[in-house]
Amino acid sequence: MGTVAQTFGRIAGFAAVATLAIGIEAAAAREKITVYTAVEPEELTGFAEAFEADNPDYEIQWVRDSTGVITAKLLAEGENSPADIVWGLAATSLLMMADRGLLEGYAPAGVDKLSPALMDKQSPPRWVGQRAWVASLCVNTYEAEAKGLPMPASWQDLLKPVYKGHIVMPNPASSGTGFLDVSSWMQIWGEDMAWSYMDGLHENIGIYTHSGSAPCKMAGRGEYPIGVSFAYKGAQLKSDGAPVAVIAPSEGLGWDLESFGIMKTAKNKAGAKAFADWSVTEKANRMYNEAYAVVAMPGIAKPVENFPENIQDKMIDNDFGWAAENRKRILEEWEKRYGSKSAPK
Amino acid sequence: MSAADSTALAGRAPIDGGRLVSTLGLLAGVGLLIVFVAAPLATIFIKSLQDDLGAYVGLANFAKYFSSAGLIQSIFNSVEIALVVTVLACLLAFGYAYALTRTCMPGRTLFRAIAMIPILAPSLLSAIALIYLFGNQGMIKGLLFGNSIYGPIGIVLGITFYVFPHVLMIMVTALSTADARLYEAAEAMCTSRWRAFWTITVPGARYGLISAGFVVFTLTITDFGVPKVIGGNFNVLATDIYKQVVGQQSFSMGAVVGLILLFPAIISFSVDRIVRRKQVAQLSARAVPYVPVPNKIRDRAFLAFCSLVAVFLIGIIGTAVFASLVTYWPYNLTLSLVHYDFNAIDPNGWASFTNSLEMAAWTAVIGTSVIFLGAYFVEKSDGLPFARGLLHMLAMIPMAVPGLVLGLAYVFFFSNPLNPLSGFYGTMAILVLSTVVHFYTVSHLSFVTALKQVDREFEAVSASLKVPAYKTMWRVHVPICLPLIIDVAIYLFLNAMTTVSAAVFLYAPDTKLASIAVLNMDDVGDQAPAAAMAIMIVLTSVCVKLVQVVVTGSLLRRTSVWRRRDGH
Repeated sequence: MGTVAQTFGRIAGFAAVATLAIGIEAAAAREKITVYTAVEPEELTGFAEAFEADNPDYEIQWVRDSTGVITAKLLAEGENSPADIVWGLAATSLLMMADRGLLEGYAPAGVDKLSPALMDKQSPPRWVGQRAWVASLCVNTYEAEAKGLPMPASWQDLLKPVYKGHIVMPNPASSGTGFLDVSSWMQIWGEDMAWSYMDGLHENIGIYTHSGSAPCKMAGRGEYPIGVSFAYKGAQLKSDGAPVAVIAPSEGLGWDLESFGIMKTAKNKAGAKAFADWSVTEKANRMYNEAYAVVAMPGIAKPVENFPENIQDKMIDNDFGWAAENRKRILEEWEKRYGSKSAPK
Repeated sequence: MSAADSTALAGRAPIDGGRLVSTLGLLAGVGLLIVFVAAPLATIFIKSLQDDLGAYVGLANFAKYFSSAGLIQSIFNSVEIALVVTVLACLLAFGYAYALTRTCMPGRTLFRAIAMIPILAPSLLSAIALIYLFGNQGMIKGLLFGNSIYGPIGIVLGITFYVFPHVLMIMVTALSTADARLYEAAEAMCTSRWRAFWTITVPGARYGLISAGFVVFTLTITDFGVPKVIGGNFNVLATDIYKQVVGQQSFSMGAVVGLILLFPAIISFSVDRIVRRKQVAQLSARAVPYVPVPNKIRDRAFLAFCSLVAVFLIGIIGTAVFASLVTYWPYNLTLSLVHYDFNAIDPNGWASFTNSLEMAAWTAVIGTSVIFLGAYFVEKSDGLPFARGLLHMLAMIPMAVPGLVLGLAYVFFFSNPLNPLSGFYGTMAILVLSTVVHFYTVSHLSFVTALKQVDREFEAVSASLKVPAYKTMWRVHVPICLPLIIDVAIYLFLNAMTTVSAAVFLYAPDTKLASIAVLNMDDVGDQAPAAAMAIMIVLTSVCVKLVQVVVTGSLLRRTSVWRRRDGH
């Protein structure tokens, strides 16, 4: 009988030790900053380490999901949100939040060194742009050749019957990349033509994905040879040796700004401001440039390996205000038209 | 004096601390289950009648739901998938169970073990493996004859893998209770085997078949991992609820879909309860257990069949292992551990895995103790028959509640700032609690069954010797039930490692679980690391299973001396 008691005694002992260990860990913990973000997960650790190296009193706690999910979460949580700062989220989404009075105006130390065009017009700005991510096509050159697919050069090319079932695109409701595609097509061609374009494109789409980088990764593996995605992901995969070509369609490229804004309801406002200050530094901007060609601080961006040439010239004249105002309506219409495809092609 | 009298007398002893403890325990059990089961579920009903801001809107949410063609389509899609999986899984499992119980096929123990493989993995794993097998770059996609794995075919195959062991266990039980005398009579009357099969075997197992059918149907319609990964644009109810809640943060619509999901689960649960009761009564005390005799042709045919099924089961796991090790599928097939470097691709990295271990350990320890005590009070306390009945009834509810619905109910109940328990929200504790509750019923029923077998004389004797009830419990009931206690702890641990459904709504950034990491990594298209994390879960489960075998063996040897006749 004693053995049973001993066994249970040991379990209780382990539990006690574990609790104690957790307690000690908590005592040594740095102050946490809760950051909502849509930045690609593999980049986050690097940003957190760099910031924490400069600000040893703080620790970043990421809440990461795709743009649509993070936006919906922030809008639903509103003033009860645990977020201290929203960071690396589409400007379109931050505009919606600013409109609802969720963001606090704050001019980070050194914000005057950034392009004024890439931040909120109010002073102090409620949101500050960090870097632009730009739509692109990822095409698997190996599979394209094997399947006899011509290289697409424009968005309109994607309507050709030869691509039927070979294209994968992010769902604009969940993915920021998906939404900037849809909103750019509308800004280039006007809404009616954009919808009829998407009606046609829908016929060629294999599946819609949750995230904006997934189409490029699928193209990289050849699962679907053509992915509607963004330039960084394609360039990165190409650098890693995947057989992809990154193509900038001729009509123009949708883009959005990864931006940050401090929550009015932030529990750790000092931490949020520290992170905001760090995010406009030259060091941070150089880090942004490792993956993205267009960053908020003028004059420091170097060309990124494997990016389509002159990608800046093809970026459309993006009207964030229009995109933010019409986002909900566009997504509802999109969902109605393409959300429930009964079977994949 | 008869035994009944002595029990009654002992039970009515004037001042009995033990009895006070058991009364308090019983009430505490009822209280806990009301707070953690009944109350959260009630909030789902309330929430479905409110808009997202909390104003009462009557049935407007339901009206909105049923006016959306897309959402209605999901109901048909879900039912269609569930029916196909039910037929497929039941046929396969029946054949497999028949081979295990009614034939002399070689390697039956091995086949039984292989069939349990899917229990060790999250349901997402099968979907990821199927993409490597049958996707557009799949190794054997030719077998689909040009059909796409993304959609109904993938969902059906993935879920069939995942439900197989659950169905098989029910089928094996159903087929194990045969009365050999019926077959002897059939043989004596020169009845053909075929006829004997349809007139004796099938009717004898009919309750098991019905029960299995409903269990598969419910598991299929409520599983979320497989359609999420491989469903493509084929929407089902389980992915709709996730899209509504996570994608659009529309909690009231989520509540509506949750209630719709609750329907098949409740029906299936009720049928299962009725059927199980009947099956117990079916076998009379004079029945002679059926012992199969060798039959070369039949045994070989079943060996071939079971081998096919086993190849499928092992193939799925094997493919996932392979997927996690290939450097860059399908262009660079050198093997490497690069995809196991979770810290490089996800900010939570390996922490998700250690979170899962922590969560599973707490679930096993807390769940086993609480559920055992609950079952003990239901079965062994005197008096308060109403409270005992209520506790038992409350303990039955979780089985009828799909994990997604339970998770959503917890969000509603615990995130409300007016709730004094809202401090639980976003902690490890709420993940542990939801997991304990999610898997409460099966554990509770096992303990109740085991405790029923312990003679009530023990309590009577110890009461008359003035030994407090808790001492009797500690010295008699716990050691007797020890093998089962370990089984339940392992059952809870494994389920906590693999579960996605309830946790997907409840995890916070620092309590993200391995199974959720698999989902997130798959979402951003990192399939190989997702497979690697799923394999980490499988490896953990396998280790835990092995530890169980060793520990159970040694503990039994030490604590079950009383079971042996020669020992002292």
